[in-house]
Amino acid sequence: MKHSFRFYLQLAFTLLVCAFLIVPIVLSMLAGVTENFFVGWSSGFTLRWVMQVWDTYQQTIWRSIAIALACLAVTTAAGVPLAYMLARHRGGNSRLARVIEELLMMPVAVPGLATALALIMAYGQYREFRGSLLFILIGHVLFTLPFMVRPVLAVMQSSQLSVLEEAAASLGAGLGQRFFGIVIPNVFSGILAGALMVVTLSIGEFNITWMLHTPLTMTLPVGLADSYASMRLEVGSAYTLIFFLMIIPLLIAMQWVTHATRSRVRL
Amino acid sequence: MKRSSQKRRTPAGRHVYLLFAAPGVTLFLAFWLLPMLRLVEVGASGPSGAAAYLAVLTNRHYFTSLMLTLLLSAAVTLATLMISSLVGLFLQRNRFAGKAVLLAMLTFPLAFPGVVVGFMVIMLAGRQGLIGAVTNWLFGDAWVFAYSLGGLFLGYLYFSIPRVILTVMAAAEKLDPALEEAARSLGANPLRVFADIVLPALAPALVSSGAICFATSVGAFGTAFTLATNIDVLPMAIYNEFTSYANFSMAAALSIVLGATTWLVLALARSWSGNAAGAAA
Repeated sequence: MKHSFRFYLQLAFTLLVCAFLIVPIVLSMLAGVTENFFVGWSSGFTLRWVMQVWDTYQQTIWRSIAIALACLAVTTAAGVPLAYMLARHRGGNSRLARVIEELLMMPVAVPGLATALALIMAYGQYREFRGSLLFILIGHVLFTLPFMVRPVLAVMQSSQLSVLEEAAASLGAGLGQRFFGIVIPNVFSGILAGALMVVTLSIGEFNITWMLHTPLTMTLPVGLADSYASMRLEVGSAYTLIFFLMIIPLLIAMQWVTHATRSRVRL
Repeated sequence: MKRSSQKRRTPAGRHVYLLFAAPGVTLFLAFWLLPMLRLVEVGASGPSGAAAYLAVLTNRHYFTSLMLTLLLSAAVTLATLMISSLVGLFLQRNRFAGKAVLLAMLTFPLAFPGVVVGFMVIMLAGRQGLIGAVTNWLFGDAWVFAYSLGGLFLGYLYFSIPRVILTVMAAAEKLDPALEEAARSLGANPLRVFADIVLPALAPALVSSGAICFATSVGAFGTAFTLATNIDVLPMAIYNEFTSYANFSMAAALSIVLGATTWLVLALARSWSGNAAGAAA
């Protein structure tokens, strides 16, 4: 055998750590379709709990998808031009650009609870606004914007793009023409990577959303917390199962995109 | 001063690029920076004024909860770095069947919200959890620790490990195998090679990902919210202050302290390791 004893020891440890991460996922997915989890799988499998979740929490799922898509629209519309400025202002080497980049990361670095409290203190008195989905959308946009800007910026900074732009400029293309005709089509892989990240994070965002939500603007993760606190373990599991079914394809797509483009984009 | 000409072609001048940043920057200023300033102001508006910011040091309750949060996060960070270095190095250096699938699954927890991580811990160590079932079968005594400090530790470990594994793997990719080869040929044992060659090379990556892991744990709210019925970590203290006691100024002051702490840790780590750091949980 070509592997040493040390190899197997390390392999065993690695597998143990992987089991720690993966077994609970499998367990909760199974619990969601088990008739009675306390009795065990011998009690049989059922879709009853999934149906119950669908009846109780269906609205939160649609709401989360709507917010995620709106969040994607806003972060794309604001983030892609912003990345362009960061890449090009003063030839891509300006202090202002670095300050902006640094500031943008703040809502990610600082706990969501603080961001949420700040939003409530500043805008909470506008009742209509406070009670609307827009309030939550803003929290999500703040949190996900850097995840759109960074991959797009990384692609923009690749030398190939600046050469293409230079060529276009020498042929007389204006700024707008260059941005829409050259930059956007060429940074598509970055936008795609950012988009998958934004949607995934928005669907799963809890820390900010929990503080911002009202009973009428409950999102999927808020519903999850609600079901964990008040429902049977099977119902919580079934709801988690639905969450996994939504989020895991996104994660696999994300890995596939980063592999396929090989653009050295680190998220 | 001579400038490269293609950047200044447009008649609008060199500030034209700022226009592109306008929507994003406006959003940020209006909905993050301005509210944050307001939060700072509210924090100083309570009965004790600006002294509220010192309450985390002077008030026993808040001080204990701050210390608990910092100690727990430090312990999690240390454990995560050790576990993830071992696993990350192993995964980077060995090929075996199913590795790609394993790696893909390892990254899933990265995108799970804190509440789901909390639920995963309940699945493992809760009243009907796996660990309880196994220990009951082995020793006739079910270990249930999901709702205690141990459960919180497990939860923070759960969302920290994947993040650090990925960073270690990326850093290990750049390690020069010739250096280790040379050390080995000179008679260094594996431990010596690890301590003198591998660890220093990985240090910047470990510092930056460790800082993210620490900051994320300090600010993690969802996991604590799902698990902790009676563990008073700082985010829970803030939440209780805000919702149960409607003590807005204290909640504001504490969240500013919490935010400043995490930001400081990340900034320090970055200036040390020269790496861009971003956290998400």
